[in-house]
Amino acid sequence: MPVKLTVTGAHAVAHAMRQINPDVVAAYPITPQTPVVEYYANFVADGIVDTVLVPVESEHSAMSAVVGAAAAGARTMTATAANGLALMIEIVYIAASNRLPIIMPVVNRALSGPLNIHCDHSDAMLARDSGWIQFFTENHQEAYDFMIIATKLAEKENVLLPVMVNLDGFITSHGVESFEMLDDEVVKEFVGTWNPKYSLLDTQNPVTYGPVDLFDYYFEHHRQQEEGMKHAYEELPKVFEEFAEISGRKYDFLDLYKTDDADYIMVIMNSTASTAKYVVDELREEGKKVGLIKPQVFTPFPKKEFQKVLNGRKGVIVLDRAMSFGKEAPLYSLIKSSLYEVPSRPKLGSYIYGLGGRNTSPKMIRQAFEDAFNGNLLADEQRYLGLRE
Amino acid sequence: MSNLKGWKDIPIGGVIDKPATSRQYKTGEWRVSRPVVDREKCINCMQCWLYCPDMAIEGSIDGKKMKLGAFNMDYCKGCGVCAAVCPVNAIEMKPESEFLDE
Amino acid sequence: MPNIRDLVDYVENNDWAFAQGHRLCPGCNAPMVANWATLAAKSLGYEPVVGVATGCLEVSTSIFPYTSWNVPYIHNAFENVAATISGVESAYRSLRNRKKIDNDKIKFIAIGGDGGTYDIGLQSLSGAIERGHDFVYILYDNEGYMNTGNQRSGSTPPGADSTTEPLGKASSGKLQLKKSIVDIIAGHEGVYAATAVTSEPWDFMKKMQEALEFPGPAFIAVLAPCVRFWRIPDDSGVEVTKLAVETKYWPLWQYNMGVYKVTKKPKTFKPVKEYITKLGRYNKLMKRPDANEIIEELQNYVNAKWDRLLALEEITKDKPIRTKI
Repeated sequence: MPVKLTVTGAHAVAHAMRQINPDVVAAYPITPQTPVVEYYANFVADGIVDTVLVPVESEHSAMSAVVGAAAAGARTMTATAANGLALMIEIVYIAASNRLPIIMPVVNRALSGPLNIHCDHSDAMLARDSGWIQFFTENHQEAYDFMIIATKLAEKENVLLPVMVNLDGFITSHGVESFEMLDDEVVKEFVGTWNPKYSLLDTQNPVTYGPVDLFDYYFEHHRQQEEGMKHAYEELPKVFEEFAEISGRKYDFLDLYKTDDADYIMVIMNSTASTAKYVVDELREEGKKVGLIKPQVFTPFPKKEFQKVLNGRKGVIVLDRAMSFGKEAPLYSLIKSSLYEVPSRPKLGSYIYGLGGRNTSPKMIRQAFEDAFNGNLLADEQRYLGLRE
Repeated sequence: MSNLKGWKDIPIGGVIDKPATSRQYKTGEWRVSRPVVDREKCINCMQCWLYCPDMAIEGSIDGKKMKLGAFNMDYCKGCGVCAAVCPVNAIEMKPESEFLDE
Repeated sequence: MPNIRDLVDYVENNDWAFAQGHRLCPGCNAPMVANWATLAAKSLGYEPVVGVATGCLEVSTSIFPYTSWNVPYIHNAFENVAATISGVESAYRSLRNRKKIDNDKIKFIAIGGDGGTYDIGLQSLSGAIERGHDFVYILYDNEGYMNTGNQRSGSTPPGADSTTEPLGKASSGKLQLKKSIVDIIAGHEGVYAATAVTSEPWDFMKKMQEALEFPGPAFIAVLAPCVRFWRIPDDSGVEVTKLAVETKYWPLWQYNMGVYKVTKKPKTFKPVKEYITKLGRYNKLMKRPDANEIIEELQNYVNAKWDRLLALEEITKDKPIRTKI
């Protein structure tokens, strides 16, 4: 029987890890990811799991160690945030190019500088082009569920790509909420076991991992990675379906909230979507036809899904919790380019919010909607919610 | 080197899925001099076999004795280490130009 | 440790562990290290799994689709071979514990050049040793970033020419002495650490055996000349390392859980100048007015180090500081 736990998001993620029971976890603490590692270390210390936990001396070594472990055929995980992700980013790309199904919760925190330990999505955006699959989760339930979904997807033979599960720093990781935890046996059966194709420990069939590519093969290896991403996109609906069967919760690339007849749609990722849904409800009460899209899958980017749901709308407001200096905001620019050829392009507005943990109130979100109602959306103008001028 | 494969025909992840494939690459082509062994002087100590940086020297056990085998010209780069370590000076490095018809 | 006949016999019946066709320079000493390390492991009955840091050895032995490794091999990046191998070793422990693997003969060997060991790789090496992983780290020390054309490293000796700290009109290049890497490793205490040279393969392989059988992290620093950038003839790497030992430039010693031992004690020594002037990389230095000053400083240093090693050997005899890793 699934149980309801009222715990922090970090604890929920640690429970998912416990049930998936990887062979090796190598992690380095960084606020606000630290409790994830601490809870897991406690499971190990009490013998609840027999994972080999490697307390590495930096995030770069954490990712290096999990690459080594995964190449040796082990199911592996690590976890990080912000500057830890930045420190390990060299190896993050290598993990993807080696086609290793590593699972990594990223507790989203602002990248320095200045130093800021609070939530924004700049760390996730740093890894945008790294070749990792990226999920975004609104709350404890999603963070827990997507860890399990990630494991199943990553280890598929035609995918074999590492996955980042993003959850908001402090808000989700440290906030206390209830979530439903599935049975240990149910999760165990769902994720199954990984049968790696190439293992360093198979001494009868020695392989070489991480060769040098000259100009004659690098391009081809990268094309293969892209193919893996393509398969990830194709496999996801099936994995979502299978997950729904064991949990009753059916996920999709995009979480569509009251979008059916919406004239104006807001697009927003992670926990602030909860606040935005509340504003959508309020506006609906006032007779406004509004809706919300919360992308769960960011990489591979669900272009077709966005095209289908945003075509013909009056206005689309995209909220980014990260900036791309000198360019359009990341989520915004991807959506805008997705809509390039749709038959009926909506008006578009780009809003930056919540950087460095800045609180985003219902009033601020409403302001963005008001701009839409007033026909005051400029596709080429970047606006800010909650910034002091 | 000339049979370049397409992206569908190579293992994923950059993995080289067979060991010792460098044997297909004949480094012997680099050579400008080669070792010539005076088999009369050779005491089969196998120092050259041990030191060769390219594992280009063959050796075998014949009964209880070690026996120096062939020098593999597919891989010998002509570095001269074998000649330098031979304790009885049984190896002489000679220019490749003397072996052009081989 | 098996003898030469055992090795010949092994290769004849089983194949080399490190294969022909690699693209290291003619006469390079790095492949000797790779060959002897893996051959020693195999002839002892182990199954080595090797990790190599970015550098000469890695680049020249694994250009897709050619690999010179006849054993499982991983390259990850420049600074993390120790962290990578610690992950492979952890996976081995975990999978054996969970009965997914029953092979108990696997040994882990991480190989790095001086770049990936003294400089950029020092952190991950230190971390892996501190955590007590059971692996052997071999340093092939050619005293510079040679794969990319002789940039200076923390291992480049004073007065040696390099491209990033060259000798020129206003400068005598790098003046700092080398870091004493084996002392740094010995500072981790729960280790076996040793020096070796390519002119003494049996000494190296014997230390390799001790390292493989040490129940924790082990480290061997092998002086392995780069014939290109030390500017010496292709065939003279071995002769040069012999001279390095005879001049006290590279003493052969080891550390085991607190006990120091000098493993070779030459009866007479040659002056370090004899070693220096043998190497073309010092040609620029020898033309300078401060050459003798720098050489004298080096001579004083190697003398002091030698005396210190003998003293440490005496003080620590039979007195380990740890019994557990």
